[in-house]
Amino acid sequence: MVDLKIDMVKIFEYAGRPFLGILEEFGRTVLLFFSAGAWAFRPPFRLRVIFKQMETVGVNSLTVVLITAISSGMVLALQSYYGFRMFGGEGLVGATVALSLTREIGPVFTALMVTGRAGSAMAAEIGTMRVKEQIDALYAMSVNPVQFLVMPRILAGILMLPVLTIVADFIGIMGGYFVGVRLLDINSGIFMARIYEMVKLGDIFNGLIKSACFGLILSAVSCYKGFYTTGGAQGVGRSATQAVVVSTVSIFISDFFLTAVMF
Amino acid sequence: MIRLSGVTKSFGRQRVLDGLDLEIPGEKITVILGQSGSGKSVILKHIIGLMKPDSGEIYINSTDITKLNDRELNEVRKQFGMLFQDAALFDSMTVGENVAFPLREHTRLPKKEVRRIVEEKLEQVGLKGATEKMPSELSGGMRKRAGLARAIALDPKIILFDEPITGLDPIMSDAIDNLIIHTQKYTRATCVVITHNIASTFKIAHNIAMLYEGKIVEFGEPDRIRNSPHAFVQRFIRGEASEKDGIY
Repeated sequence: MVDLKIDMVKIFEYAGRPFLGILEEFGRTVLLFFSAGAWAFRPPFRLRVIFKQMETVGVNSLTVVLITAISSGMVLALQSYYGFRMFGGEGLVGATVALSLTREIGPVFTALMVTGRAGSAMAAEIGTMRVKEQIDALYAMSVNPVQFLVMPRILAGILMLPVLTIVADFIGIMGGYFVGVRLLDINSGIFMARIYEMVKLGDIFNGLIKSACFGLILSAVSCYKGFYTTGGAQGVGRSATQAVVVSTVSIFISDFFLTAVMF
Repeated sequence: MIRLSGVTKSFGRQRVLDGLDLEIPGEKITVILGQSGSGKSVILKHIIGLMKPDSGEIYINSTDITKLNDRELNEVRKQFGMLFQDAALFDSMTVGENVAFPLREHTRLPKKEVRRIVEEKLEQVGLKGATEKMPSELSGGMRKRAGLARAIALDPKIILFDEPITGLDPIMSDAIDNLIIHTQKYTRATCVVITHNIASTFKIAHNIAMLYEGKIVEFGEPDRIRNSPHAFVQRFIRGEASEKDGIY
């Protein structure tokens, strides 16, 4: 009986360990984010570093985001056309594409693309700096690495994701317009009228808030993974992979809750 | 002056520093000698506040840095320059930007003056004309020299050298040794060098501290170390392994 009790404790310990690990990682990521937030309001304000990160996260991710957005808009138009044609509702293709993009696909796909491109780079760059003692060098030169490395990246994530998303929304709708109007012969006036009729400003606005949240998540997770890298080159690779995986999963999970709250 | 008193540090079950006492005199070159993995870098990281001891005090002049908060510690660190083992140059910046980094962070000097200081420091370490080069374009010795130029950019009172000649060929090692001697003479800074290279130690050191099993077992001028009665010191100087090292 006593043995059984000990075994049960061990089983619970074993089963709970990964959960505790996840909780600990989550807590440390949140702490890093708050620390970066506090440093954002303390001098020196390195605007050049912040603009540089905005360029990396925003401008340099533009091409992949545009390709993804235009493809998504075109595919959405094609797929919804075949569905709506069954009951003569082809005119709703435009509104379907626009609503799907602004509320869901625009923010989520943009965040996933930025995670793959900029998030992994953030983790790899900061991770390399960690293993090559460059973060120690920052401390040694009286420069706080959270303020110098983490804060600008998180800020760039929060600011640039909505900008990329609005571009993705627009380009995606253009892609849908091209397929719907030019290739599938939907009336251009009806296509646009349904968009104006059904897409509310709130849909676009909430989508942008979502994207800012995703920007925060992906940059905080990626910086955290990079900042606490251990184990040389292998550790840097592991951090970059984990940054993408954890950011992606976190984006999907938070998307559900954000959608439930907003819409 | 730097003073470590009763410093203890453990990583997991392994006690690396075991009640270590060490007094490093000002305006001299002090070399901390010890085997690989004996905790030399740990001492250096404690001196600059990158690590906190489990117990004990670390005084920089008269300030116990173990009691300071981050902001106060940052102020103390402004007295330091540190050359890291692999130089720790920022890969995304040119050599010139690396050297200018502490000047841009901690002074309000005009750009022209920063550029002048950068060129002066690079010339001091024999890297004139390397301002626009990226760290990836430099050899190991050049990286160390660029790292030293960055470390002395703010004319620090204390310069720490973490294994400055490890991985360099004998001629470049000698050049770096000369550079350390020249830098100390020129800046009158307190220099702390950690190494396991005996020839280099006897060439540059005013004082030598011998680290063994988490403690300083011998301290003094090179002659005192040469004539030390301590068995480990003698074995280390002669480069003799024994059964106790586990690799005999």
